[in-house]
Amino acid sequence: MTDALVPLLVAVPLLGALFVVAAGLVSERGPPAVTALVLVAQTALAGWIGSRALLTGELSNAVGGFVAPYGIELVVDGLSAVVVVLVAVVSLAVLVYTVHDDPGGTAFYTEYLLLVTGLTGMSVTGDVFNLYVFLEISGLATYALVASAGTGRSAVSALKYLLFGTVAASLYLLGVGYALVATGTLNMADLSVKLAQVGYDSPLVLASFGFVVVGLATKTALFPLHTWQPDAYNDSPDSVSALISALVSTVAAYALLRIVYTVYTPAFFEAVPVARDALVLFACVSIVVGSILAVAQSEVKRMLAYSSVSQYGLVVVGLAIGTRAAVFGAIVHLVGHAIMKGGLFVAAGTVDDLTGATTVEGYAGLADRFPVLGGASAVLMLAMVGVPPAVGFAGKWYIALGAVRAGVWPVAVVIFASTLLTLAYFAILVERMFVAPASPSVRAATDGGAERLGGAATPPRRLLVLVVGAAVVAVALGFAVTGLETALEPTLDTLLS
Amino acid sequence: MIDLITTKYTYLVVVALLAIGAYVMIESDNFVKKIIGLNVFQTGIFVFFISAAFRTSGKSPVVQSGGGGGPFVSPLPHVLILTAIVVGVSLTAVALGLVVRVYESYGTVNEDTLEEVLAND
Repeated sequence: MTDALVPLLVAVPLLGALFVVAAGLVSERGPPAVTALVLVAQTALAGWIGSRALLTGELSNAVGGFVAPYGIELVVDGLSAVVVVLVAVVSLAVLVYTVHDDPGGTAFYTEYLLLVTGLTGMSVTGDVFNLYVFLEISGLATYALVASAGTGRSAVSALKYLLFGTVAASLYLLGVGYALVATGTLNMADLSVKLAQVGYDSPLVLASFGFVVVGLATKTALFPLHTWQPDAYNDSPDSVSALISALVSTVAAYALLRIVYTVYTPAFFEAVPVARDALVLFACVSIVVGSILAVAQSEVKRMLAYSSVSQYGLVVVGLAIGTRAAVFGAIVHLVGHAIMKGGLFVAAGTVDDLTGATTVEGYAGLADRFPVLGGASAVLMLAMVGVPPAVGFAGKWYIALGAVRAGVWPVAVVIFASTLLTLAYFAILVERMFVAPASPSVRAATDGGAERLGGAATPPRRLLVLVVGAAVVAVALGFAVTGLETALEPTLDTLLS
Repeated sequence: MIDLITTKYTYLVVVALLAIGAYVMIESDNFVKKIIGLNVFQTGIFVFFISAAFRTSGKSPVVQSGGGGGPFVSPLPHVLILTAIVVGVSLTAVALGLVVRVYESYGTVNEDTLEEVLAND
């Protein structure tokens, strides 16, 4: 169905970014206010279009009236609807934290909206080259946001991220080039038909699959392509690490899912089983090694970053197994991870502001002093481990179920082992927070030392609302999963057919 | 072999550019050189697209009134690469901006020296 509103999803934040620049000329308080306004509009629009896409089926729009396969097509189906809404809601929620944290002026908020533009564009585009352009837009915005901490270290991390990210995007572009040479088209729906005609065992098609997957896996930060990610998360401003940990890799993983199922289709995996096996193996290694590296960390933000490496491994294993349950599990885990990890990064940033504690040891006794913050973080951590009924459990359950049904038992074992490892690193943190005696930094916060250090004695209410909200959503989504399954049923049917 | 060199030499240029770019990025310690390597790498991909679009004795894709007059060189990859070049230039600008920031903070653009400075930080 054609829908004239779809391009607005990309246009609203893009034009909003220009308004932010204009507002910055008028007053200092202008940029955050305009950003908030734009994101509220974006959330409403995403909610409206997303709900219609889920209820009435795929919406599409040929940009500029150039009909596909010649023109660029924007498509919102059930899956992209979920991601678009996620991007809009999370970026609005993190903005609450950003405004509180206040790291930057006009440039910062412009980059923020450009990142939202790029991520939304990646979610709605129906054209593989257009996906590359949006990938680079979101990439450029992310590099600038990481560097906006203003320290030398953040500049180094952003530069490394840029080198990795650009090579990744270039490899993706090379893969697109091979697909173009093989078929002469760039439209995803058209490619899926023409790639089948060319033959899945054609070297051109195989090479394009390899390049595209490696490119997007680097953006998703799978081991061993993750090395840019812990530094980028750790050295960026707290609000930025919350935003990019929740969204950037999530949308890259979504793009991988989209490319694998809409462009190459499950028939490709059947024709070339080695491609699926390689992807499963790659993801399993990522799950295990990411968890082990996370256990070895002493800094909390770095631990959360390595934990992402392992969680995205889970998502990719789900999409590679390719049974209905596994793909649905991958989608649920993608959404759940964004909310849980975003919430945990906000919590970590708040703790840093309050007490200056950034290490696992520094978190000792935290829950005595800040019971609500500590409690909500503990809920988020346990949700991430996969304690029912939270969403972390639902995602892992469906992926494991899909693996067992597909007869790949080792994957189910890996998922179980990774759950134990996830428990290992989060249990240490929970134990520190609730059981251990207070660390010097937490004690300093208690007797008013934090005020002398420039921090506040209690967490600001809106940050508490944000962290508690993330915890509530993480648990509530676990109950909503069956509803989501029904809503996504037609989309999954189309994807997996 | 001779046939390959005489007819498909642009693809050999692509391979050479990709290899040189990747080698410079991995092997050089200097961040500015790494960025130059990145540019060479990207140029390899640009040449790949352009040579894929080329047709021997193909004309520029401007159709006369009344049509006909082919074969034409495919215009699509040219348009794509124009976009990709713009993206590449923006990335280079941001990368060089970051290098300036790194140099201001640590007084070096050498990766090894930087690692040492950061480790002692």
